[in-house]
Amino acid sequence: MTNAWTDIKNTDLVIIMGGNAAEAHPCGFKWVTEAKANRGAKLIVVDPRYNRSASVADFYAPIRQGSDIAFLMGLINHCISHDKVQWEYVKPFTNATFVVREGYAYQDGLFTGYDEEKRDYNRDSWEYEIGPDGYAVVDETLQNPRCVWNLLKEHVAIYTPEMVERICGTPKEAFLKVAEMVGECSTPTKTMTSMYALGWTQHSKGSQNIRGMAMLQLILGNIGVRGGGMNALRGHSNIQGLTDLGLMSNLIPGYLNIPTQKEPDFTTYMSTRAFKPLRPNQTSYWQNYRKFFVSFMKSMYGPAATAENDWGYNYLPKLDVASYDVLRIFDMMKNGKVNLYFCQGFNPLQAFPDKGKLAAGLAKLKMLVIMDPLQTETARFWEDHGTFNKVSPADIQTEVIQLPTTCFAEDEGSLVNSGRWLQWHWPGGSPPGEAKTDIWIMAQIHLRLKELYQKEGGAFPDPIVNLNWTYKDPGEPTAEELAREMNGSVLADVYDPVDPTKKVLEAGKQLSGFGQLRDDGTTAGGCWIFSGCWTEAGNMMARRDNSDPGDAGMFLKWSFSWPANRRILYNRASCDVDGKPWDPSRKLIEWDGAKWTGYDVPDIAPTAKPRDVGPFIMNPEGTSRLWVRKMMRDGPFPVHYEPFESPVANVIAPKIRGNPVARVFPDDWKTFADIGDPAFPYAGTSYRLTEHFHYWTKNNHVNSVLQPEQFVEISEELAKDKGIELGGWVRVWSKRGELYAKAVVTKRIKPMTVDGKIVHIVGVPIHWGFVGAARKGFTANTLTPFVGDANIETPEFKAFMVNIEPSTGPVVA
Amino acid sequence: MNMELSRRTFLKTSGAGIAGTTLGAFGFSEAEAAVASAVKPFHLVNTTEARNTCTYCSVACGIIIYSKGDLRKGEKADIVHIEGDSDHPTNRGTLCPKGSALRDIVKSQTRLTQPMLRKAGSNAFEAVSWDVALDKIARAMKDDRDANFVATNSDGVTVNRWLTTGFLAASATTNETAFATYKVVRSTGILAFDNQARV
Ligand code: SF4
Repeated sequence: MTNAWTDIKNTDLVIIMGGNAAEAHPCGFKWVTEAKANRGAKLIVVDPRYNRSASVADFYAPIRQGSDIAFLMGLINHCISHDKVQWEYVKPFTNATFVVREGYAYQDGLFTGYDEEKRDYNRDSWEYEIGPDGYAVVDETLQNPRCVWNLLKEHVAIYTPEMVERICGTPKEAFLKVAEMVGECSTPTKTMTSMYALGWTQHSKGSQNIRGMAMLQLILGNIGVRGGGMNALRGHSNIQGLTDLGLMSNLIPGYLNIPTQKEPDFTTYMSTRAFKPLRPNQTSYWQNYRKFFVSFMKSMYGPAATAENDWGYNYLPKLDVASYDVLRIFDMMKNGKVNLYFCQGFNPLQAFPDKGKLAAGLAKLKMLVIMDPLQTETARFWEDHGTFNKVSPADIQTEVIQLPTTCFAEDEGSLVNSGRWLQWHWPGGSPPGEAKTDIWIMAQIHLRLKELYQKEGGAFPDPIVNLNWTYKDPGEPTAEELAREMNGSVLADVYDPVDPTKKVLEAGKQLSGFGQLRDDGTTAGGCWIFSGCWTEAGNMMARRDNSDPGDAGMFLKWSFSWPANRRILYNRASCDVDGKPWDPSRKLIEWDGAKWTGYDVPDIAPTAKPRDVGPFIMNPEGTSRLWVRKMMRDGPFPVHYEPFESPVANVIAPKIRGNPVARVFPDDWKTFADIGDPAFPYAGTSYRLTEHFHYWTKNNHVNSVLQPEQFVEISEELAKDKGIELGGWVRVWSKRGELYAKAVVTKRIKPMTVDGKIVHIVGVPIHWGFVGAARKGFTANTLTPFVGDANIETPEFKAFMVNIEPSTGPVVA
Repeated sequence: MNMELSRRTFLKTSGAGIAGTTLGAFGFSEAEAAVASAVKPFHLVNTTEARNTCTYCSVACGIIIYSKGDLRKGEKADIVHIEGDSDHPTNRGTLCPKGSALRDIVKSQTRLTQPMLRKAGSNAFEAVSWDVALDKIARAMKDDRDANFVATNSDGVTVNRWLTTGFLAASATTNETAFATYKVVRSTGILAFDNQARV
């Protein structure tokens, strides 16, 4: 989230699209209710189902799953053509005025540089024109046909209300009603907030769904303001933290990158990370990259990271592909290229697409290690559960080690909520049986591995034996020790370069924030964006003062929010160019003539003069981006692409299948149903119910009882067509697998007309499996396709094709 | 809200009041006092409290865990009740159908309680000690890493990567756990490192 849950009360219009907050984030959704009750805010829901959020909405518009970009570009087209633009925001605070270099173009669904063979672009032309002064060329008058604004206008022109109806199945009147309500938020005193979740990410163009809304929010002037923002509601309780800490193939904590093999040394690595400002005076905060990186390496390797060895640059692995994400690793597993796999609190056999392929992969491992507080299907993938998991254990040679871990109620530490608050928690109970904390387990593994390398030698032991592990009890570091390490500390005294008698940093002290990080090895810091979480003043994440000056919803003294305890990102943009709040009744910060003050920590240098420095300080432009240069693989503007399995061809680019740069493994093409395949005529989608949390609550008797029966949802029309009765058994199958469930025949789902064709939707809730307290059921991912988003590989769970028929139920062996 | 008058303080005070006051002082008759003395005291009176947050979604509702026994005194603590934290700015004490049943996930019948091993081809798990399990894991890692570590690529560039082992990290663990995990995993050269952010 750019903003916080408690800030939603400040909004005038909530748009829930790509999520279902009332169902999936109930206690956060209460802030929507507050806004409605106290500010007269309105709620719009755009979703394939009339869901629980829609049931309390002021306006609901149906949309076919997988067509969000057409809808969003339609909204942008509407705002541009009806002058629903906050010009005083767009001109100075976005890159609308930036001129794009000659050579870049877009036509028929593709941008310049497409290589069909590689399913990739050469993105060299996707850049600004750079002037003789070394800065990007801008045209304040917006006359230049190659400025971003005019390119955008041209790009979205095709998405007329009629086209939106044709692609999305949303009736034109419903679309226009949404457009009208959204357009009203283009004034400086009205804001809209976007609440989205996996309904947007789980597509082969998920990242571009989100960009589409971000662009709209910028055009309306709704980023950085109270009651505005792009609010990713997020899933698991610390999924934000795990991402912040870079537990991903290609990341280093704080959104730094693991080097690739094209960067053989540190100098080459840093050469593309200069982040030179693209406009005069701009902050371009990533210019400090080297400080973050070197301090991280000092935290990882302590005295073994030196200036001489480039801070241990060779200790880091170098990538040869974009990333070894879960989809890639399971593909490798299936092809016999993986021997050993760890699952820490994660149940991939249910959580990734195409269960059949996943199970085949697990069966090829030599060893699978599970760390979990609960039973999972993954840990028991080798166990025969008849129709629910038909396997022959004797044929599976994988050794499985299952380690019992503590859960949240038995450990101490911090989690990051969707609003970026790091909240500390304390243990309440003793672990059951022999369960141990994950920290203990990881420490034990490290110490044992290190000992083996010390005794026996072996392949490049250096990064293992030199890992900085200076905890009081190396066998079990404490949460406090690790939190202090993430915050960062001073390793050697630092003196003022102008006055060498003045000590600016003292060895052994905790840093007060990332502004103190240095690139000469005198500071360590595990995760620069968390710096400030545990300072000399103590544990900032444990703060529990819930006062809220000005009733602004910021709660600055409650826990710690990254970065720098800031609650609304880009909050400099809540003021006009001169530093005056757009809406005085919703002041966040303001320029008092000498400095920035207000209810939030300013997202700009405290004394940076308005008009001098742009509000988007991380970007070399100083502005936000409507057009993202070469930063996204599938294009600088979003384009409507159909899902890989789709009832219709792409109306705007009929030759393009799916997202043209999404990665598809060779074996998987044949597992996708063809476009419009009559064997799989219905548009499937998956979702979660409020009583359930993914696959965990199968282990909870109460939640299992609250929603006991596996079901799928279909419309009355489809039920009639197929002779399916409410409560009757059905079989649902895709090209990859099948499941049996009870039919919920409902008015919540209606057939849609897409490009002249009737499209029926089949809703498939997730949860059931073959372990736990719940009734046995089928995992929904038997149906879903093995393909991910082109930028970040989130699987396409929300749009796939199935068939359905009445049935007498599964044969339970 | 004034923290001095928070609900927690109020509970403590009123709890102590019930336990420590003779009812006669409140004007009860002897008969009523006799009945009242047979009534169980408020069930949370003798519990310790821990502030925590809900383990499920990232709304991160504040909760209070009530236990018999006090971990801070080195005692065993048995969780008897979990409820919403009314001091918490986001949820103000409320919980959804998942948060309301948190005690039952902590106390689930299918919690894991000891290390287990499933041998190749077997149809059952068998219990093993922590030492056996951890030594097996370390040995398997060492052997696989030594056999498959890629020090240089075909162009002779130092790449120091290990691709035949992968690690999928949890996303309901703490940041501190995640950081410890990051250090241990990354130090081995593993690139197949991922978490639930994608799903
Ligand atoms: S109680 Fe419900 S809304 Fe609150 S954090 Fe837990 S799952 Fe999310």
